[in-house]
Amino acid sequence: MMTTATSPQETHQAGPAGYAPEEPGGDLWALNFGPQHPATHTTLRHVLELDGEVIRSCTVHIGYLHSGFEKLAEHMNFNQYVVVTDRMNYVSPMANNIAWHHACEKLFGIELTPRCKVIRTIIAELARIQDHLLSVGATGLDLGAFTAFMYPFNARETIYDLCEEICGARFTTSYTRVGGLMQDITPRWPGMVKDYCTDELPKALHDLENLLLRNRIFIERTKGVGQISREEAINWGITGPLARSAGVRRDLRKDEPYLCYADNWDGQGAKAVSFKVPIATGGDCLARFQVRMAEMRESIKIIIQLVDNIPSGPVDVLPNDKMALPSKDEVYGSIEGLIHHFEQVMTNRGHTPPVGEVYGANETANGELGFYLVSDGGNMPYRARCRPPSFINYQCFEKLIVGHKISDVVAVLGSLNVIAAELDR
Amino acid sequence: MGLASAGSMPYQESKEEFLTTKLSHLIDLLRKQSINWSRKNSLWPMPFATACCGIELMATGASRYDIARFGAEVMRFTPRQCDLMICAGRVAIKTMPVLQRIYMQMAEPKWVISMGACASTGGVFDTYAVVQGVDQFLPVDVYVPGCPPRPETLLEGVMAIQRLVDNEGMINSKDRERGLGLVVQPTVQVEVEKGAGK
Amino acid sequence: MSAKITPVIELLQKQFSDIDFAPAPLLEMEDQSKEQWCVKVGADKLMAVMSFLRSDERCAFEQLSDLAGVDYLNFPNAKDRYGVTYSLLSLSNEHRLWVKVFVNDPNPEVPSVVSIWHGATWMEREVWDMFGVRFTDHPDLRRILTWEGFEAHPLRKDYPLTGRGERENFKVITRESA
Repeated sequence: MMTTATSPQETHQAGPAGYAPEEPGGDLWALNFGPQHPATHTTLRHVLELDGEVIRSCTVHIGYLHSGFEKLAEHMNFNQYVVVTDRMNYVSPMANNIAWHHACEKLFGIELTPRCKVIRTIIAELARIQDHLLSVGATGLDLGAFTAFMYPFNARETIYDLCEEICGARFTTSYTRVGGLMQDITPRWPGMVKDYCTDELPKALHDLENLLLRNRIFIERTKGVGQISREEAINWGITGPLARSAGVRRDLRKDEPYLCYADNWDGQGAKAVSFKVPIATGGDCLARFQVRMAEMRESIKIIIQLVDNIPSGPVDVLPNDKMALPSKDEVYGSIEGLIHHFEQVMTNRGHTPPVGEVYGANETANGELGFYLVSDGGNMPYRARCRPPSFINYQCFEKLIVGHKISDVVAVLGSLNVIAAELDR
Repeated sequence: MGLASAGSMPYQESKEEFLTTKLSHLIDLLRKQSINWSRKNSLWPMPFATACCGIELMATGASRYDIARFGAEVMRFTPRQCDLMICAGRVAIKTMPVLQRIYMQMAEPKWVISMGACASTGGVFDTYAVVQGVDQFLPVDVYVPGCPPRPETLLEGVMAIQRLVDNEGMINSKDRERGLGLVVQPTVQVEVEKGAGK
Repeated sequence: MSAKITPVIELLQKQFSDIDFAPAPLLEMEDQSKEQWCVKVGADKLMAVMSFLRSDERCAFEQLSDLAGVDYLNFPNAKDRYGVTYSLLSLSNEHRLWVKVFVNDPNPEVPSVVSIWHGATWMEREVWDMFGVRFTDHPDLRRILTWEGFEAHPLRKDYPLTGRGERENFKVITRESA
C-alpha cells in the first residue's frame, strides 16, 4: 500500500544524531505493526510510514485493551476496587494495590501502623524488582536474546512464591485494604525475603548483566536508540526510570516521601530508609536498561534494611476506628466482629469518606502512578481517575522512533515498558 | 451374516486380497495413531495474549513450568503456522475483530483454548468495553478457569487438547461440535470427612 | 495552606486581578501542610493563566502531571456539569497546583494546552473520548481508547456501566464458516 507523507516538516525535527532525511517526494510505504505482534507486549498498534527501512512517521493507535476501569471504580467501594487494580499493571500488581490505597487513605485521613508501613514498603520494592526484571528480560527477548528472558523470569518466580506466601495468590494479590492489609505476614516470610535478596537475586542480576552488557549486539542495538533529552522528557510528562535515564532528578520516594521513605515513619523518630536514586544522562535505551538494573540493586538495599526489624504490633489501624475490616478470626468467632464486618461490606454502609477531592501518587516501577479521587461522601468513589505512567510515557513514542530503522521499534518499545492494561485501562 | 452362505456371497476375497486389506487397515491405524501422536506432541500455540493471563502464559513458557515438556513450546506469532490458539486475557470490543481475523487465518485442524475468567466470561469486567466471553463469537474447545489460571492449570488445558487430538485428531474443526464445553477441572477429588460440618 | 504554594497563588491573584480564582484545598486535612490547593479559572482565561504559570520563574510549572475530567452530574451542590482538572508540577520549585475549569452542555469547550505541554496530547484526547469535552486548537483530536464508530462518551454519569448493547454486536464465527 503506497501513501505519501502527511507532514514532512514535522518528521524532520526529530531523529538521532546525524539523521538528515532526504527531500520528500518519493513514495512511502505504510506498515501496520500490531495489534497482535510479539514485541508489542500485548496489544498496541503502530502505523509506520517507511522510506526504505527508515521510519518517517509513526501513528500510534491504542485502546485495544480498554476495559472501562474508571467506570468500574464508580460502582465499587474502596476495598473492592483493589481487585481491579491488580489487573492494571499486571507485571507488578502489589505496587498498584499500594498506590490505590495510598490515595484512599489520604482521602480518609488514615495514618497507618508502623508494621503495615514496613510490610508495604517491602512489597512495593519487591514489585519494583518484579517489574524491572520483566522489563529488562523482555527487552532482551525482543532483541533476540532468549536466555536473557529466562534468567530474570526464574528470579521472578521466587517473587511469585513470596506473594503466594502472604496472600495466597501468585499473581493477583489484592493484598492491601483501607487502613491495613488483608492479613498479617507469616512468620517465615521475612526470612524468605532475606534469602531471596541476599542470595538468589544478586546472582541473577549479575548473570543478566554479564549476559547483556558484554554482548555487542545488545549494546549496538540499544546505544543511541530512542534518545530523549531532559527538557523534552519533562515537557512530555515522563516520569520514572525513563525520565531518570534522561537526567531528570525526580523520584517521589525522595521528593514527596510516603511509607518508610519518609522520616519519622513510626512516630518515634525513625529515619527514612537510605537509598540512592540512579540517574543516567544518555536518555537512550541502554541508559534505561542501566537505570533499571541500578534501581533493582537499590531496592535490594531498602528491603535488607527493613526486613530484619519489622516492628511488632497490629497491621491494621485500630479496630475501634471501624475503618479497617476485622480479621477473619474475629468475624467467625464473635458477634461484634461479624457486625463490624457487615457494617463494612454492605452496599448501603461501609466507609464514608469526607466530601472532597484528593490526589495520591506513588513511585511505581514505571513512574508516578497516581489516583485522583473525587468523593461525594458515599461509600463508593464518585470518580477515580488513574494517572497511568505507561499512558503518559508512551505518548513520546511517535517522536522517539522517527528517523530510526524498523528493527529499532522493538528495542524502543521494550525499553519504554508499556503495559497495555495500564495504558488503556 | 447368517444368510450369506457360500454360494450367494457376491464377492469372495482371495487370501492375498484378504491380507492386503488387513495390512492397509493396519497401516491406516498406525498412520492415524502416529500422526495423532506426533500432532498432539507438537502443538504450536498461537499466543493471543492481551492481559494478565499473558504473563502467566509467559511463566508457563519460562523455565520453571516449561511447556516444552508437552511439546508446545514453539510459540509462533503468525497464525498461519499455528494449530492451537490460546486466547489469554480479556478481549475488548476493539480487539474482537482482530481475534476473529487471526482465527480465520489459522490452518485446519485448529483448536482454541480460552484461558482465564475474562476470556471465558468477561470476569470482573462486566463493562461496556469488554466482550463477555469469546465463545459467543468463536468456537472454543477448552476453557481454563482462574484469574489468572496458574501455569499448572494451563498445562492441564494443553493436556486436555492433547487428549482431544488423540481421540479425534484427523477430524478438522469443521466437523466438530461448536464449542466442546470442556472445562479443566482438578483431577484430585478432595474427600470430605464425615461430620466435618458439625 | 502549604507554605510553598502560598506565594504562587498570591502571585496569580496579583497578576490576574480580574479573575476570581477562589483558591481552596481539594480536601481539608488535619495536617494543613499536606493540603493540595486548587484554583478555578474560566475557559476563556485558561490559556493566559497557564502560560503565565509555565513561564514565570516563581511558578515554573514545567510538567503537566495529570489531566482529569469529572462529570458532576449528580454531585451534591455542583453548579456545573463537567470539570477538567489540571495537575501541575514544578520540578525546580517542587510544588504542585491544581487548576480547575468548569464547562457545561450543550457545547463543552476548553482551549487545548498542547502548545504549552506536549504531554497533554493524549490526555486531552482521553478526556474528549470519555466525557465529550472538546479541546479547541488540539492538533489531533480523535477518539483514543474507544473504537471507530462509537458514539457515546462512556464516563459520563448518564451512560450505563454495561453499555448500550455495543458488546453484543459482532459477527459469529462458527466451525462451518471458519
